[in-house]
Amino acid sequence: MVAVSELAIEASSLRLRSASKYFAAVDGAAVGGLALDKVSLFVAAGELVSIVGPSGCGKSTLLRLIAGLLLPTEGEVLVGDEPITAPNAERGLVFQDPNLFPWLTVRRNIEAGLVARGVLKQERGQVDEFMRLVGLEAFADAFPHHLSGGMAQRVALARAMINHPKVLLLDEPLGALDAFTRMRMQDEVLRLWRAHRTTMLLVTHDIDEAVYMSDRIVIMTPRPGRIEQIIPVKMNRPRDRSSADFLRLRSDILQTMHFAGRSLGGNGA
Amino acid sequence: MNTSVEELRPEAGIVSKARLGAETALVTPPAVKKLPQKWLAVPVGACIALAIHFFIPKQEPVSPTHYYPLLLFVMLGLGLLGAALYRFFESLRKWMGQMCPILGVATMTAGMWELVTSCLGLFPLPYFPGPEGVFGSMVSDYKLLFDSTWHSLILLVSGYALGVAIALITGVTIGWFGHARYWGMPLLKVVGPIPATAWIPLAMVLSPSTLFSAIGLIALAVWFPVTMLTASGINNTRASYLDVARTLGARQTYLIFRVAIPGALPNIFIGLFMGLGTSFLTLVVAENVGVKSGLGWYVSWAQGWAEYGKVYGALIIMAAFFSTIMTLLFKVRDRVLVWQKGVIKW
Repeated sequence: MVAVSELAIEASSLRLRSASKYFAAVDGAAVGGLALDKVSLFVAAGELVSIVGPSGCGKSTLLRLIAGLLLPTEGEVLVGDEPITAPNAERGLVFQDPNLFPWLTVRRNIEAGLVARGVLKQERGQVDEFMRLVGLEAFADAFPHHLSGGMAQRVALARAMINHPKVLLLDEPLGALDAFTRMRMQDEVLRLWRAHRTTMLLVTHDIDEAVYMSDRIVIMTPRPGRIEQIIPVKMNRPRDRSSADFLRLRSDILQTMHFAGRSLGGNGA
Repeated sequence: MNTSVEELRPEAGIVSKARLGAETALVTPPAVKKLPQKWLAVPVGACIALAIHFFIPKQEPVSPTHYYPLLLFVMLGLGLLGAALYRFFESLRKWMGQMCPILGVATMTAGMWELVTSCLGLFPLPYFPGPEGVFGSMVSDYKLLFDSTWHSLILLVSGYALGVAIALITGVTIGWFGHARYWGMPLLKVVGPIPATAWIPLAMVLSPSTLFSAIGLIALAVWFPVTMLTASGINNTRASYLDVARTLGARQTYLIFRVAIPGALPNIFIGLFMGLGTSFLTLVVAENVGVKSGLGWYVSWAQGWAEYGKVYGALIIMAAFFSTIMTLLFKVRDRVLVWQKGVIKW
């Protein structure tokens, strides 16, 4: 779908090769067992892929594997040709909770990535650029507890983007926002994606959001998490949320997920 | 960029608060009439105390020092001055609105104190002198009192600083590193709860001078609570903050010094306050046992001579001294933790 050069694939494509993740049950505190079962997926450089599925289908585990916060029990997770062994600044992560550092102002939160990599001096100019990009210049010196949910999430996006990650992992980043803020933020994420050609992997509960934003939609089944189906979205952006194509695709996906709940096994990819 | 309604929340809050203020002002105009009484609380209190001092005959044979009535006259003068000037200075008006009732009652209490001691003689002497005896001996002995306060301050600050410095290092180490926690926690749990003053016999044997042993004891008293709370604060760092920092490219030093420690600061300050309390106690005890200077020593020295006026004078200074230090720590805390919402006020 997206024409990409061989070189770009090398640099920032993602590949999971029958990756499984098994969690041991720890004193009943965590749900043990197989969270991901032999998941294989290729995400091309610059592609925006959504992952939808009921809760407990291992979507977040999948993102954490790619971020390098978890390692697969079996199989491989690769960025380009390199296996992922630890988190680094090339793969940014944004959670549903913005997780801003409450002791830092908006500006210092956005700077955090540059400080962590020790390049603040050289790249200080970028901080203003990214604050402008997410429209928060006026709140530079505010502390996170003064921000609304939408503003905090924009700071979190800017904080992740300032490192120019090759891959941006979004774990239900808009899940806690009200419907209107949410739709506006979807456009902002798309704008950032277009501007930086970042590979994006978006976990969401919201089918509309998946259809509105992504190049492809991965539908997963729960316990253990498997890929049920991958649906390409062949509509031009900006997409009309009320167009016939949009609504048809939306109902297709809902139907698939409904069957996924009842069928035995499923046709794993 | 595009500002929505939700982003205007702070302003909305201000508006509603202002409206609330306007409404209550409209509903309760009589509040304005009450004010003069409040502004005159201090002069009235001072007048009552002065009346007691001059018009009720004394039973206690005190050498007249006049420092106590002088203090009352100063309060009266300042009270009148404040009542005359509060209209013109907004900050003075605020401060007086807050403080006048308390100061007025405090002044009157001094009068009551004189009434039950010097005038009526309800309490046995020399254990309960009147205000004239106490203020008189405070002023006459001001050199030694000042010297004692200075010594206490030096001892307290050096012991506290030493204890906090060591505690931060041990606390962060135990909180962050699993091995340090495994070996350090049992030691902390067993040795920590022993009151620092219980180590006095050992400290006297080990230390070359009483000054060092006193500093060591105060440091020990501070060390335990600060270490304990620092370690638990660091250990409870939100995992998601660490995850975020790591995906931003953070290494271990960043995670410790820029995520774990700032996140643990509210806890650390609780430890600092607890440590300050125990350090006051240890200071006074240490001054009594080994060090022959400081306010704690002064109190027992004056008691030895049955000069209870000096004992109470030293206690008053101690109260002012300790609460000033406590207030300073609260100010530091408020400055450092501005990012927290809803901090406790001192």
